[in-house]
Amino acid sequence: MPQFTPPTPFALEIHGLVKRFERPAVDGLDLAARAGEFYALLGPNGAGKTTTLRMIAGLMRPDAGSIHVAGIDALADPVAAKRVMAWIPDEPMIYDKLTPREYLAFVAGLWSVEPTLAAARADELLDWLGLAANADDRCESFSKGMRQKVALAGALIHEPRVIILDEPLTGLDAGSARQVKSVLRERAGAVGAVIMTTHILEVAERMADRIGVIAHGKLIAEGTVEELRRLAGDTAGISGGRGGGASLEDAFLALVAEPAAPAAEAEAA
Amino acid sequence: MIESGTVVWFARHESRLAWRDWLAMMTAGRRARLRSVTIGFVAFVIAMHAVAYFMVGRYAAAAADKPMLIAITATVLLSWLLMVSQAMESMTRAFYARSDLDLILASPVAAHKVFAVRISTVALVVAMMALPLAAPFIDMLVVRGGWHWLGAYGVIFAMGATATALAVALTVALFRAIGPKRTRLMAQIVAAAIGAAFVIGLQVAAILSYGTMSRTDVVQSAAVLAFTPDAGNVLWWPARAVLGDGGALIGVLAAGVVLLGAAIAAVAPRFGEYAVAATGAGDSRVSEARPAVFRPMTPRRALRRKEWILLRRDPWLVSQTLMQMLYLIPPAVLLWRSFATGGGGGAFNLLVPVLVMAAGQLAGGLAWLTISGEDAPDLVAAAPVRPRLVLRAKVEAVLGVIALVFAPLVAALAVASPRHALVTGGGIVIASVSATAIQLWFRSQAKRSQFRRRQVSSRVATFAEAFSSIGWAGTAAVAAASPWLAIGPAVIALGVLAGARYVSPHKDAIT
Repeated sequence: MPQFTPPTPFALEIHGLVKRFERPAVDGLDLAARAGEFYALLGPNGAGKTTTLRMIAGLMRPDAGSIHVAGIDALADPVAAKRVMAWIPDEPMIYDKLTPREYLAFVAGLWSVEPTLAAARADELLDWLGLAANADDRCESFSKGMRQKVALAGALIHEPRVIILDEPLTGLDAGSARQVKSVLRERAGAVGAVIMTTHILEVAERMADRIGVIAHGKLIAEGTVEELRRLAGDTAGISGGRGGGASLEDAFLALVAEPAAPAAEAEAA
Repeated sequence: MIESGTVVWFARHESRLAWRDWLAMMTAGRRARLRSVTIGFVAFVIAMHAVAYFMVGRYAAAAADKPMLIAITATVLLSWLLMVSQAMESMTRAFYARSDLDLILASPVAAHKVFAVRISTVALVVAMMALPLAAPFIDMLVVRGGWHWLGAYGVIFAMGATATALAVALTVALFRAIGPKRTRLMAQIVAAAIGAAFVIGLQVAAILSYGTMSRTDVVQSAAVLAFTPDAGNVLWWPARAVLGDGGALIGVLAAGVVLLGAAIAAVAPRFGEYAVAATGAGDSRVSEARPAVFRPMTPRRALRRKEWILLRRDPWLVSQTLMQMLYLIPPAVLLWRSFATGGGGGAFNLLVPVLVMAAGQLAGGLAWLTISGEDAPDLVAAAPVRPRLVLRAKVEAVLGVIALVFAPLVAALAVASPRHALVTGGGIVIASVSATAIQLWFRSQAKRSQFRRRQVSSRVATFAEAFSSIGWAGTAAVAAASPWLAIGPAVIALGVLAGARYVSPHKDAIT
């Protein structure tokens, strides 16, 4: 008897995700992003953010847990999951010796996008990202911002339903960062979910519908900025201070703060 | 305490960098390997001395007659051209690799001092690189012939100095003539051509004159003896210096110092200027028609196409490929001569292993570039394409290039001798597939720009690739004469492959 899979409102669902290297990098992570949602993943260095995203993108196999992308079991059928997904790491994955247009043609070929459609989308994306004038220049002379835009165009050419980004604004100047942010915000509503890690809390605060805070490979808090502020106030007991009327930075620091060691607490007492 | 900013201070800094660079190259960045590398190096030096002891006997007490002077001069010239090639490559890298250039140019020190030291270091390194091969022979000549042979060491350092001076002049001349955009590629091609030209030129001359690929026969032939100047001519000074003539040695050393000094004085003050001009000097414009880019293609075809475009546009690879192609010139001449004279059986037997060996080596380099030298590994891994299919497409890209290069030669051979063509074709396919398989088993992520260092990432892979190519070349050579006898070398080549497969690392990455 065929198994019935109910339709899911989630673009991304993760349950009990585990990945160990020398120590657990991701430790029983549960996370869900809704369709049309912009989800930001925050966490201190080494919290397991990039490892999580690499597992979602199919670049790394988890030791345990499940990943569903747009209802597709990404571990059972990684090729089908990759077809509806785009992955952009912090370092742009482009070829120096290809032009942006050739790069987009290559990516379109990998995702089997129909050539006429791909050519039209390429023109549209290059124009939209301000790369039209350099469309036939080799990428080797491009700045970091231009390279990131080429990578972004490559990620969008097959119209993914889930876009996964790892620190996409690292090294970008203010103008390029604003442009990339507006593209991502627009795409989140238009094509599906955007899941992004960032260390720039202001970006998460302004762009994300919901924010997940990850520490030691676990999701320790999740919600809108307001919800996180309230949660930080409750857990850290700093309502009205750092948690209540404080910024997301205060809330974040309160949430990820290490519990004081007993010896240190005794000494302080 | 050395005063900072002086030439000596810079020299210490440069020598430390050069030493660490060499150490990292020999140990593949793993300090734990230092001991085994040292033991291996010492064993190599001892073995080379043993080999040299038995080889130098007839030369140790040789008189400075004309045949001897010609033989030594030819050896010196060959080594010197290789040094020029090596120095040109170093100079090109010095101009185009940014590394610490910004720091030096932004600091309040006289930049020409560091560049003078840098050029001198190139000369020293080029000379030092010749020592592991030359020193055992010189030492054994000293043991068996006398102290006068020590002059050869002086000649090596003079050769390093003059080779670097010429390399500096050539690189700067290219820079001025064709501009920084094209110099990088041209310098690499010129360096490769210089390195190969002498060997190949002699082989071609030998083939045309004598129908063999022996170089020693041609340099000591009656025609060469008659054509070359008298024994007292300045042309023989380097050879005389090697044989222990003190006056000639001083002259050769003085020429080296003067030429290198002149090159430094001319270029060091403007070195920074050249290096800055080289920044971002990529030839970035492409004149391909827009509509042709987007074609109906499967992911496999997209991957193959991408690999071929990248291979075509890789300047370093162009020069490497050119080197491989240059070594195909002698067999091509041999083939052409066999056609012209109507002979061929023996010559074809010689051709078969050369072509098979060249195919194996070329396939190894290409396979590294396509498999390990993937500049966007995450993009390919994140695409909806099965990893097996990605690798298959990359292997097809390699074999496609091999087919393109070798098919015309095999086709020409088929007209003259179908049996030899069959053996050669089979050998080329097997050697190429074997070299590609070794690169697959030992694949490790690297930037394409690190091609020069691919050998140090896995020494097992490097040796396995070389021995596999030699094994299949030997198999093809024997098979061309007697197919049944080829079973022996084929088993050895398969053993090399099996051993490489056995020790290859097991990857848990999805790609």
